[in-house]
Amino acid sequence: MSRVRNAIVSGLVLLLGRRRRRRPSEEETRLVPALPPNPAAELAVLGLLGLSSLSAVGFILIYAFADSVPAATPLLGATIGLAFLFLAAALVVVGLKLVPTEEIAEEYPPHEHPGEQQVIAELMDESGTRFTRARLFKLGLLGAGGTLGLAALAPAVSFGPLFHVGDFLRTPWRRGRRLVDENGKPYKASDIAEKDFYLAFPEGTSDEQKNQMAASLVVIRLPPHELHLPPHLKGYDANGILAYSRICTHAGCAITLYRAPLFQPDEPRPALVCPCHYSTFDPATGGTVTFGPAGRDLPLLPLYVDSSGYLRAKGNFDGPVGPSWWGVRLWKAQP
Amino acid sequence: MTRRAVRWVDQRTASAPLLRKALRYLFPDHWSFLLGEVALYAFVVLVATGIYLTFFFVDSTKEVVFRGDYYPALYGQRMSEAYESVVHLSLAVHAGLLIRQTHHWAANVFIAAIVLHLFRIFFTGAYRKPRELTYWLGVTMLMLALLEAYMGYSLVDDLMSGMGLVIGYSVGLSLPFVGQNLMNWLFDGMFPGSANLWPRMYIAHVLIFPILIGLLLGAHLLLVALRHHTQFRRKKAQTERTIVGVPAWPGQAPRSLGLMVGTAGFLFLLGGLVQINPIWLWGPYHTYSSTNGAQPDWYLGWLIGGLRLMPGFDLTIAGYTLVPNPFWGGAAFPLIVFGFLYFWPWLERRFTGDHAFHNLLDRPRDAPVRTAIGIGMISWVFLVFLAGASDRVNVTFGIGYVSQIWIYRVVVWVLPVLFGFVAWWTCRELQASEVVVQERHAAEAEARLARMRRRHEPPGDPGALES
Repeated sequence: MSRVRNAIVSGLVLLLGRRRRRRPSEEETRLVPALPPNPAAELAVLGLLGLSSLSAVGFILIYAFADSVPAATPLLGATIGLAFLFLAAALVVVGLKLVPTEEIAEEYPPHEHPGEQQVIAELMDESGTRFTRARLFKLGLLGAGGTLGLAALAPAVSFGPLFHVGDFLRTPWRRGRRLVDENGKPYKASDIAEKDFYLAFPEGTSDEQKNQMAASLVVIRLPPHELHLPPHLKGYDANGILAYSRICTHAGCAITLYRAPLFQPDEPRPALVCPCHYSTFDPATGGTVTFGPAGRDLPLLPLYVDSSGYLRAKGNFDGPVGPSWWGVRLWKAQP
Repeated sequence: MTRRAVRWVDQRTASAPLLRKALRYLFPDHWSFLLGEVALYAFVVLVATGIYLTFFFVDSTKEVVFRGDYYPALYGQRMSEAYESVVHLSLAVHAGLLIRQTHHWAANVFIAAIVLHLFRIFFTGAYRKPRELTYWLGVTMLMLALLEAYMGYSLVDDLMSGMGLVIGYSVGLSLPFVGQNLMNWLFDGMFPGSANLWPRMYIAHVLIFPILIGLLLGAHLLLVALRHHTQFRRKKAQTERTIVGVPAWPGQAPRSLGLMVGTAGFLFLLGGLVQINPIWLWGPYHTYSSTNGAQPDWYLGWLIGGLRLMPGFDLTIAGYTLVPNPFWGGAAFPLIVFGFLYFWPWLERRFTGDHAFHNLLDRPRDAPVRTAIGIGMISWVFLVFLAGASDRVNVTFGIGYVSQIWIYRVVVWVLPVLFGFVAWWTCRELQASEVVVQERHAAEAEARLARMRRRHEPPGDPGALES
């Protein structure tokens, strides 16, 4: 019994007791000014440290039983966050209330050290006096360093085909290739309704090939009398069905918005829109840009309907697919 | 006890003189000096949480079919191993989502703190001689931090990150003369690149860039310590030659540690309580999919604004395309902003002829032209940033997207000039009011002096002072 009492008393003393501070004698010199104790602040720090421990234990418990705790993530965040914040609060109280924060004045470092500068310069200059052809020497050193640097960098060329850029023009489309949907089912002309739009790929492409920029199409149908294709695109449509490249010519995002004109006065024309930067293309006039930052028409794939009613490519796109690069207009899409 | 420990360390490292200096290093007291510290501590949290994430992330774009029973909405979908691993970490690993969201929040706070720190440095003239190197290192770190954050966002390979990556690719592709070869080289082929891309981007994100940032950070802090902190002139004793501040030990250390632990706590609270980038909702990325209303993290908002504001044209001469459109908003715009930041100390010296050493900071009002130019630049970038959110404004408030863009195309050039002028005028007014106060103080002091003199004047000759 008395052992228990002793333990409690000593525990209390440990927790609450403050060592009587030795009063500093007058002649004792201190670096840090002596300030009177602040029991309230000390108690607050102890309390905050305790709360921090409690929160940390709470985090461990929630982590251990996360499967049976609904909404574990907020609770985990709250407990670990509070554990940190209580500790931070304890430290701030220590900083503001328990340690002296007197300000000290001190000289800034000198602007420069002329003596040392002189020594360094002399060391550099005098070490090279045996070289009679200093200029040639420097040139040689520069040459060796430069070529060695180039040699060290040269293997980085293997990262990728730096000069082989022909793939930019290659597309999987050939004359006669059927248009299929995401699951490989061929599109019939009768599947394509007005005021709707369809995702299409060339028949027989693997899932990986579907990710090639020139593979995917956005297919729509317009009433033939609304179609005003320019002369060089005459005959690209199949009875009003149009297949445009799905990749925006501005920044390469997929065109997944089709504005079929429902509000005549505001938006009188149908439009294909890229949701990244709202480049807007007019499908009736061959994919010309009507708004937004795209600088090049959307490439159009010529179509025909075969005898069984399936949609097939008649050839290749009228221009390179995807975002533009310098000189892009000099090139044509290739099979 | 303490002495024995110190002795043990000193005998083995000979570091007591250095330690003594470090413990008494002076920190001038001002709240705005803590912004850089917050950035530093956010970086610490980023490294710590990032290390945890590397144990779960798979750096592969190999297509797999999702078979996680913990999220039926994606069951059976084709996706990259990278995306699958992050969905798994987020939804099936205890505390995985907490760590990932905390990492993401820390990235946002990291860059925000750097930018605010930069504002403080700019408007107080802290970058002036002898601290130009420190400043240039800081600006470089901001640039690296933006690239680093962009790569981290891209690595997840969800729908949003894929859209961000292809935009970055297109901006690279639009660089005049070199763009096509450069991007073909970097991505190992045309977008979406080869299987090599992901491991390379991953090692850049988790090793190369963090080490670069860490090295620059070390140099940045070393330079700060060698030249000592700048200070505001708040006390008589604070001069160009004398620094007044709280020593690192014992005054500053608990406060700084408290700020570090507090930053961590704040970030974990955000990571746990405020959802960020719920990638399982976006779905996997394929080149043929995208979604409307996508917004990047805040620190890239200015670039999406720049891209969206540009009128649609490619600079083409006689059928030869010189500069495709994304170059202007995505490359030229940030180049101008960073060019301005790099050249500003030199520009200011050029026009003011001020080659002196500066340890004392200006208040913004002390340099009206600098403040005006700074406010102008900030409002320019911020207005472009706002333009990037036009689609959200369109959805939320029903203001037509096209009309908004046309308005922004005008106001991004007009308002910055106006704001800059207002800032300049405000600075001048504040200066003028200070002169009035000073004159009044001087007059009062003179009157006091006169009264005292009168009291000590020998009696008998009062008339001389009366008149």
